[in-house]
Amino acid sequence: MVHINAIIEIFPDLAKGLTITITVLIGAAFFGYLFAFIAGLCRMSSNVFLRKFTGFYVEIFRGTSLIVQLFWLYYAIPMLFGIELGSNWWAGVIAIALNYGAYMSEIVRGSILAVANGQSEAATALNMSRFQRMRLVIFPQAIRMMLPEFGNYSIQMLKATSLVSLIGMEDILYHGNIIRSTNLSQAPTVYLLVLLFYFILALPLIFLTRKMEAFSKKGVASG
Amino acid sequence: MSNWSWEVVAEAFPKIIDGLGITLGLTLACYGFALAFGFIWLFMRKIPIRPLRWLITWVMEFIRSTPPLVQLFFIYFAWPMVPVIGFTLNGFTSAILGLGIHFSTYIAEVYRSGIEGVGKGQWEAAKSLNFSKRQKWTKIILPQAIPPTIPMLGNYFIIMFKEVPLASTIGVAGILHIANSYGAENWTYLEPLTIVAILFLALSYPSAIIINRLEKKWNRRFDKKEALTRSKGATA
Amino acid sequence: MIEPIVSFHDVHKSFGDVKVLKGIDLDIRPAEKVAIIGPSGSGKTTIIRMLMTLEEPTSGDIIVNGTNLWKMEKKGKLVRANEKHLRAVRGDIGMVFQHFNLFPHMTILENCMTAPLHVKKEGKEAVKQRSLEMLERVGLSDKVDQYPSQLSGGQKQRVAMARALVMRPKIMLFDEVTSALDPELVAEVLQVIRDIAKNDDMAMILVTHEMDFALDIADKVLFLDEGVIAEQGTAREVIEHSNNERLQEFLHRFRA
Repeated sequence: MVHINAIIEIFPDLAKGLTITITVLIGAAFFGYLFAFIAGLCRMSSNVFLRKFTGFYVEIFRGTSLIVQLFWLYYAIPMLFGIELGSNWWAGVIAIALNYGAYMSEIVRGSILAVANGQSEAATALNMSRFQRMRLVIFPQAIRMMLPEFGNYSIQMLKATSLVSLIGMEDILYHGNIIRSTNLSQAPTVYLLVLLFYFILALPLIFLTRKMEAFSKKGVASG
Repeated sequence: MSNWSWEVVAEAFPKIIDGLGITLGLTLACYGFALAFGFIWLFMRKIPIRPLRWLITWVMEFIRSTPPLVQLFFIYFAWPMVPVIGFTLNGFTSAILGLGIHFSTYIAEVYRSGIEGVGKGQWEAAKSLNFSKRQKWTKIILPQAIPPTIPMLGNYFIIMFKEVPLASTIGVAGILHIANSYGAENWTYLEPLTIVAILFLALSYPSAIIINRLEKKWNRRFDKKEALTRSKGATA
Repeated sequence: MIEPIVSFHDVHKSFGDVKVLKGIDLDIRPAEKVAIIGPSGSGKTTIIRMLMTLEEPTSGDIIVNGTNLWKMEKKGKLVRANEKHLRAVRGDIGMVFQHFNLFPHMTILENCMTAPLHVKKEGKEAVKQRSLEMLERVGLSDKVDQYPSQLSGGQKQRVAMARALVMRPKIMLFDEVTSALDPELVAEVLQVIRDIAKNDDMAMILVTHEMDFALDIADKVLFLDEGVIAEQGTAREVIEHSNNERLQEFLHRFRA
């Protein structure tokens, strides 16, 4: 069913989409982690307004589908405010980043709260300032718990980048769809190859995640 | 905000609501399929042939780390074209298979964590009390393994609900699909998409709170620390 | 008469509706070694946790080195102390915890060095020198590059003491430091405390269940019962001459 010739023919076409898939992933990951840290820390702030506002953001984006958020940003925002988000690249990146940022902010918050109370007390007993306690004691331990989760989410974000093909971004899946629409009989080869592309992109992330899991097993006091 | 029209809302809302049955029905079907298929993975991983187990682990990894959207397209567009074994599936069935199989790989992990969460001492105790194999599972292991998985499984139900709109890309007329069609016909996406977002929020947020409560309750009963499960399990 | 380095004046502490401490008055002189004994739940640990600023008293004053710990002056009025004030006052206090609370992501040496480096802003070489000396003193020179997870409980607790000592506190607090240890590891930790008590001129407050040890090294023993200091005096006075029934009962149980 899968002919070598067909693969050789299709492969370069799909590879054209790599740039978009990878740049969307990098952009989404960068902003996603950024939003996660900002929102995660804000939710622990003593400022009620900040806490409520970020809580609102997190619940909205966790409560709805990424695909709905993407369409909303892409179609509805320009209608609502009469502005474009710059390009559909930005719409895709920001939608994925806002969605996963909301999920990952819970990781940030949960990890910081999971560092044992005694750690903060020991740091206080050594007369560290609030900022020093965070920087020298809590954060280095919390980040060890976050890293494997962040690794898992980076794989989820890679999967999510496939949605940008729905707003006309020419990623791997988009090129796959084009080939399929011109030659339906090649559909099995096309989509198997598309899946393979994503899997190969995911592999380094999978191994990185496992590495980080091993790393995080050392050097954390929780309980 | 000048572009917001309540008239459009009034017109689009009933149409979109009509799709809610499909969306919820598809969620249930996908979820049921994932729950069942999760068991199949669990058993396949117990096959006493090493290379086969290894292969299954990687197949699961493959399904888990590639986009469900592409998997949907594969089943809907490509499967009928596969020689000999291929046949045509409608959008609804394709979605059940695609999303069901994708999530079954996650569900299988939940099952596994439940079973592995039962302490070694419990297995030894069951043995020392001379229970039969069947008694061991029904009286000792499962009663302890199942409860902690319930909040996790509940979480996956909500996640599934939020993934189901992917099926609109293969023509399943759930709420997102109707909203998009309405948007394309009337050239106004703002109101219909907002209605869809609010519907999702209105259904998933209360469910998430219920599950969170449930989880706290179980954790207390089983003397476990609160896990990070609330933050877990976003998929695309 | 020497000025006390620590004074408690009518200190109360409640957790919710539970009154843990009901009026503690207490003076500790520089270099004095004080042991606090008493049944569990009597509030022993709370006393030193308030002194370490880990717990805020519900009412009353704690004076450290002539400065009110939990209150500060602002526009002529006494108000609740802020973090800056607490930081300025607690610099003279060090603490060793029941569960060690070593920093798991740092080596033994880094555990000792981090506070002098970042809190006191001392030079790296001097801090390293002093940390190594302290680790030698607690008998762990060969472990300096290991991580806490590689050590036994007794070794961890000795590191925790070295870490506190490197800060050169004038007051050291010991919160049931042997309670979490396996019985065979208790002696090595007590030996280090005994050494500190003999050779250093800092004040020490020990909350402990090691009765004989406490009576051996303490200048003063406090018996805490139901939130008040029920008996206090030298070890001898408290043990041999007290008529307090609850204390006799308590001691009897421990001796048995």
